[in-house]
Amino acid sequence: MNEFKIKIREQSNVQIVDLKGYLDAHTAPEFEQTMQKLINEKKYNILVNCKNLSYISSAGLGVFMAYIEEIRKYKGDIKLANMPPKIYNVFDILGFPLIYEIYNNEEEALNKFLKKS
Amino acid sequence: MKTKNSNIKKYLKILSQFENLSKVRKFVSDAAKDFGFDDDEINRIALAVDEACTNIIRHAYENKNDKTIEIYLSTSDYSFEVRIIDYGKPFEPKKVKKPDLQHHLEKYNKGGLGMFLMRSLMDKVQYQINKNNCNEVRLIKKLHK
Repeated sequence: MNEFKIKIREQSNVQIVDLKGYLDAHTAPEFEQTMQKLINEKKYNILVNCKNLSYISSAGLGVFMAYIEEIRKYKGDIKLANMPPKIYNVFDILGFPLIYEIYNNEEEALNKFLKKS
Repeated sequence: MKTKNSNIKKYLKILSQFENLSKVRKFVSDAAKDFGFDDDEINRIALAVDEACTNIIRHAYENKNDKTIEIYLSTSDYSFEVRIIDYGKPFEPKKVKKPDLQHHLEKYNKGGLGMFLMRSLMDKVQYQINKNNCNEVRLIKKLHK
Protein backbone atom coordinates (compact mmCIF):
# COMPACT_ATOMS: atom_id res chain seq x y z
CA MET A 1 0.00 0.00 0.00
CA ASN A 2 0.98 3.61 -0.61
CA GLU A 3 3.64 2.62 -3.07
CA PHE A 4 4.55 4.55 -6.18
CA LYS A 5 5.56 3.22 -9.55
CA ILE A 6 6.61 4.79 -12.82
CA LYS A 7 6.62 3.08 -16.19
CA ILE A 8 7.68 4.61 -19.49
CA ARG A 9 6.40 3.58 -22.89
CA GLU A 10 7.14 5.16 -26.24
CA GLN A 11 4.62 5.69 -28.99
CA SER A 12 5.08 7.79 -32.13
CA ASN A 13 8.02 9.62 -30.61
CA VAL A 14 6.03 10.50 -27.48
CA GLN A 15 7.14 9.28 -24.07
CA ILE A 16 4.16 8.01 -22.13
CA VAL A 17 4.82 8.11 -18.41
CA ASP A 18 2.45 5.92 -16.41
CA LEU A 19 2.19 7.03 -12.81
CA LYS A 20 0.76 4.61 -10.28
CA GLY A 21 0.03 5.07 -6.60
CA TYR A 22 0.95 7.87 -4.26
CA LEU A 23 2.99 10.87 -5.40
CA ASP A 24 4.07 12.81 -2.30
CA ALA A 25 7.27 14.32 -0.88
CA HIS A 26 8.61 10.81 -0.30
CA THR A 27 8.09 9.61 -3.88
CA ALA A 28 8.45 12.90 -5.81
CA PRO A 29 12.26 12.55 -6.14
CA GLU A 30 11.74 9.37 -8.17
CA PHE A 31 9.42 11.20 -10.56
CA GLU A 32 11.86 14.09 -10.69
CA GLN A 33 14.69 11.74 -11.69
CA THR A 34 12.52 10.21 -14.40
CA MET A 35 11.73 13.62 -15.87
CA GLN A 36 15.36 14.68 -15.67
CA LYS A 37 16.42 11.50 -17.45
CA LEU A 38 13.95 12.13 -20.29
CA ILE A 39 15.22 15.69 -20.68
CA ASN A 40 18.83 14.51 -20.64
CA GLU A 41 17.92 12.15 -23.46
CA LYS A 42 16.33 15.09 -25.31
CA LYS A 43 12.90 13.48 -25.14
CA TYR A 44 10.68 16.50 -24.82
CA ASN A 45 7.26 15.14 -25.80
CA ILE A 46 5.94 13.76 -22.56
CA LEU A 47 2.46 12.44 -21.92
CA VAL A 48 1.75 11.70 -18.28
CA ASN A 49 -0.92 9.06 -17.86
CA CYS A 50 -2.57 9.60 -14.47
CA LYS A 51 -5.07 6.75 -14.74
CA ASN A 52 -3.63 4.82 -11.79
CA LEU A 53 -2.44 7.81 -9.80
CA SER A 54 -4.17 7.60 -6.42
CA TYR A 55 -2.78 10.69 -4.76
CA ILE A 56 -0.79 13.84 -5.45
CA SER A 57 0.51 16.52 -3.09
CA SER A 58 2.28 19.79 -3.87
CA ALA A 59 5.61 17.94 -3.87
CA GLY A 60 4.39 16.00 -6.91
CA LEU A 61 2.90 19.07 -8.55
CA GLY A 62 6.21 20.82 -8.07
CA VAL A 63 7.88 18.30 -10.39
CA PHE A 64 5.51 19.26 -13.21
CA MET A 65 6.36 22.89 -12.60
CA ALA A 66 10.09 22.37 -12.39
CA TYR A 67 10.45 21.05 -15.92
CA ILE A 68 7.67 22.54 -18.03
CA GLU A 69 9.52 25.68 -19.00
CA GLU A 70 12.65 23.88 -20.11
CA ILE A 71 10.62 21.32 -22.06
CA ARG A 72 8.64 24.03 -23.86
CA LYS A 73 11.82 25.88 -24.65
CA TYR A 74 12.77 22.85 -26.75
CA LYS A 75 9.32 22.84 -28.39
CA GLY A 76 8.13 19.91 -26.37
CA ASP A 77 5.33 19.69 -23.85
CA ILE A 78 4.01 17.83 -20.84
CA LYS A 79 0.41 16.84 -21.49
CA LEU A 80 -1.72 14.92 -19.06
CA ALA A 81 -4.41 12.32 -19.57
CA ASN A 82 -6.85 10.05 -17.71
CA MET A 83 -6.90 12.16 -14.62
CA PRO A 84 -9.16 10.79 -11.86
CA PRO A 85 -11.47 13.50 -10.44
CA LYS A 86 -9.74 13.64 -7.07
CA ILE A 87 -6.40 14.26 -8.78
CA TYR A 88 -7.93 16.85 -11.12
CA ASN A 89 -9.38 18.67 -8.10
CA VAL A 90 -5.89 19.27 -6.71
CA PHE A 91 -4.61 20.50 -10.08
CA ASP A 92 -7.65 22.73 -10.37
CA ILE A 93 -7.26 24.37 -6.94
CA LEU A 94 -3.83 25.59 -8.01
CA GLY A 95 -4.91 26.73 -11.46
CA PHE A 96 -2.78 24.15 -13.25
CA PRO A 97 -5.37 23.55 -16.02
CA LEU A 98 -4.40 27.02 -17.31
CA ILE A 99 -0.79 25.94 -17.73
CA TYR A 100 -1.11 22.28 -18.73
CA GLU A 101 -3.23 20.57 -21.35
CA ILE A 102 -5.29 17.86 -19.71
CA TYR A 103 -7.10 15.30 -21.89
CA ASN A 104 -9.76 12.73 -21.14
CA ASN A 105 -7.71 9.92 -22.60
CA GLU A 106 -4.31 9.00 -23.92
CA GLU A 107 -5.39 8.94 -27.56
CA GLU A 108 -6.56 12.56 -27.52
CA ALA A 109 -3.32 13.70 -25.94
CA LEU A 110 -1.24 11.66 -28.40
CA ASN A 111 -3.12 13.16 -31.33
CA LYS A 112 -2.31 16.64 -30.08
CA PHE A 113 1.38 15.80 -30.08
CA LEU A 114 1.15 14.26 -33.56
CA LYS A 115 -0.74 17.20 -35.05
CA LYS A 116 1.96 19.53 -33.85
CA SER A 117 4.88 17.59 -35.33
CA MET B 1 -25.62 14.76 7.98
CA LYS B 2 -24.82 13.51 11.45
CA THR B 3 -21.49 12.70 12.86
CA LYS B 4 -20.91 9.00 13.28
CA ASN B 5 -18.56 9.54 16.15
CA SER B 6 -18.51 13.03 17.60
CA ASN B 7 -15.97 12.45 20.31
CA ILE B 8 -12.63 11.62 18.79
CA LYS B 9 -9.33 12.23 20.52
CA LYS B 10 -6.27 10.73 18.94
CA TYR B 11 -2.55 11.27 18.93
CA LEU B 12 0.27 10.27 16.62
CA LYS B 13 3.96 10.99 16.94
CA ILE B 14 6.26 10.51 13.96
CA LEU B 15 9.86 11.13 13.05
CA SER B 16 10.47 13.89 10.50
CA GLN B 17 10.79 11.55 7.53
CA PHE B 18 8.84 11.81 4.30
CA GLU B 19 8.23 8.06 4.30
CA ASN B 20 6.01 8.62 7.34
CA LEU B 21 3.59 10.80 5.35
CA SER B 22 1.58 7.74 4.32
CA LYS B 23 1.19 6.80 7.98
CA VAL B 24 -0.02 10.33 8.75
CA ARG B 25 -2.55 10.28 5.89
CA LYS B 26 -3.95 6.95 7.06
CA PHE B 27 -4.18 8.13 10.65
CA VAL B 28 -6.08 11.28 9.66
CA SER B 29 -8.23 9.59 7.01
CA ASP B 30 -9.41 6.87 9.37
CA ALA B 31 -10.48 9.43 11.98
CA ALA B 32 -12.13 11.71 9.38
CA LYS B 33 -14.10 8.74 8.08
CA ASP B 34 -15.07 7.79 11.61
CA PHE B 35 -16.31 11.35 12.16
CA GLY B 36 -18.59 11.14 9.12
CA PHE B 37 -16.83 12.98 6.28
CA ASP B 38 -17.35 11.73 2.74
CA ASP B 39 -14.50 10.45 0.57
CA ASP B 40 -13.86 13.80 -1.08
CA GLU B 41 -13.57 15.60 2.25
CA ILE B 42 -11.42 12.83 3.71
CA ASN B 43 -9.01 13.24 0.79
CA ARG B 44 -8.90 16.99 1.29
CA ILE B 45 -8.15 16.74 5.01
CA ALA B 46 -5.47 14.08 4.49
CA LEU B 47 -3.82 16.22 1.80
CA ALA B 48 -3.87 19.34 3.99
CA VAL B 49 -2.21 17.47 6.86
CA ASP B 50 0.34 15.95 4.47
CA GLU B 51 1.19 19.47 3.24
CA ALA B 52 1.59 20.75 6.80
CA CYS B 53 3.93 17.88 7.73
CA THR B 54 5.87 18.22 4.47
CA ASN B 55 6.41 21.93 5.19
CA ILE B 56 7.59 21.14 8.72
CA ILE B 57 10.12 18.55 7.54
CA ARG B 58 11.38 20.82 4.73
CA HIS B 59 11.39 24.19 6.46
CA ALA B 60 11.12 23.90 10.25
CA TYR B 61 13.47 20.90 10.42
CA GLU B 62 15.39 21.65 7.19
CA ASN B 63 15.14 18.01 6.09
CA LYS B 64 16.69 16.60 9.28
CA ASN B 65 15.15 13.17 9.74
CA ASP B 66 15.50 12.58 13.49
CA LYS B 67 13.09 15.23 14.76
CA THR B 68 9.56 14.71 15.98
CA ILE B 69 6.18 15.84 14.75
CA GLU B 70 3.14 15.41 16.98
CA ILE B 71 -0.35 15.26 15.59
CA TYR B 72 -3.43 15.67 17.78
CA LEU B 73 -6.92 15.04 16.44
CA SER B 74 -9.99 16.19 18.26
CA THR B 75 -13.60 16.78 17.42
CA SER B 76 -16.44 18.77 18.86
CA ASP B 77 -19.96 19.03 17.51
CA TYR B 78 -19.40 19.41 13.78
CA SER B 79 -15.81 20.49 13.90
CA PHE B 80 -12.79 18.32 13.13
CA GLU B 81 -9.53 19.76 14.35
CA VAL B 82 -5.96 18.69 13.64
CA ARG B 83 -3.11 20.24 15.64
CA ILE B 84 0.37 19.62 14.34
CA ILE B 85 3.31 20.45 16.55
CA ASP B 86 7.01 20.71 15.80
CA TYR B 87 10.06 21.99 17.64
CA GLY B 88 11.96 23.39 14.68
CA LYS B 89 12.55 26.80 13.20
CA PRO B 90 9.56 29.05 13.80
CA PHE B 91 7.43 29.80 10.83
CA GLU B 92 6.17 33.31 10.22
CA PRO B 93 3.19 32.97 7.98
CA LYS B 94 3.06 35.83 5.58
CA LYS B 95 -0.08 36.46 3.73
CA VAL B 96 0.25 33.83 1.09
CA LYS B 97 -1.77 34.67 -1.95
CA LYS B 98 -2.71 32.28 -4.69
CA PRO B 99 0.61 31.41 -6.27
CA ASP B 100 1.34 33.18 -9.52
CA LEU B 101 2.12 30.17 -11.66
CA GLN B 102 3.93 32.14 -14.33
CA HIS B 103 6.13 33.63 -11.66
CA HIS B 104 6.74 30.17 -10.22
CA LEU B 105 7.68 28.83 -13.61
CA GLU B 106 10.16 31.61 -14.15
CA LYS B 107 11.77 31.21 -10.79
CA TYR B 108 11.51 27.42 -10.49
CA ASN B 109 10.06 28.15 -7.14
CA LYS B 110 8.17 25.20 -5.76
CA GLY B 111 7.41 26.71 -2.37
CA GLY B 112 4.13 28.25 -1.38
CA LEU B 113 1.93 25.73 -3.13
CA GLY B 114 1.51 23.60 -0.03
CA MET B 115 0.41 26.52 2.09
CA PHE B 116 -2.05 27.67 -0.53
CA LEU B 117 -3.45 24.14 -0.82
CA MET B 118 -3.92 23.88 2.95
CA ARG B 119 -5.87 27.11 3.02
CA SER B 120 -8.01 26.02 0.10
CA LEU B 121 -8.73 22.57 1.47
CA MET B 122 -9.58 23.43 5.07
CA ASP B 123 -12.04 25.86 6.64
CA LYS B 124 -9.44 27.35 8.93
CA VAL B 125 -5.64 27.29 9.12
CA GLN B 126 -3.88 28.94 12.07
CA TYR B 127 -0.25 29.18 13.06
CA GLN B 128 1.07 29.94 16.48
CA ILE B 129 4.31 29.74 18.41
CA ASN B 130 3.72 28.26 21.86
CA LYS B 131 5.48 29.18 25.09
CA ASN B 132 7.70 26.11 25.12
CA ASN B 133 9.16 27.08 21.75
CA CYS B 134 7.06 24.73 19.72
CA ASN B 135 5.23 25.68 16.57
CA GLU B 136 1.63 24.73 16.15
CA VAL B 137 -0.49 24.54 13.04
CA ARG B 138 -4.21 24.11 13.56
CA LEU B 139 -6.33 22.85 10.71
CA ILE B 140 -10.08 22.86 11.10
CA LYS B 141 -12.77 21.38 8.90
CA LYS B 142 -16.48 21.56 9.58
CA LEU B 143 -18.80 18.73 8.81
CA HIS B 144 -21.65 20.25 6.82
CA LYS B 145 -24.99 19.51 8.34
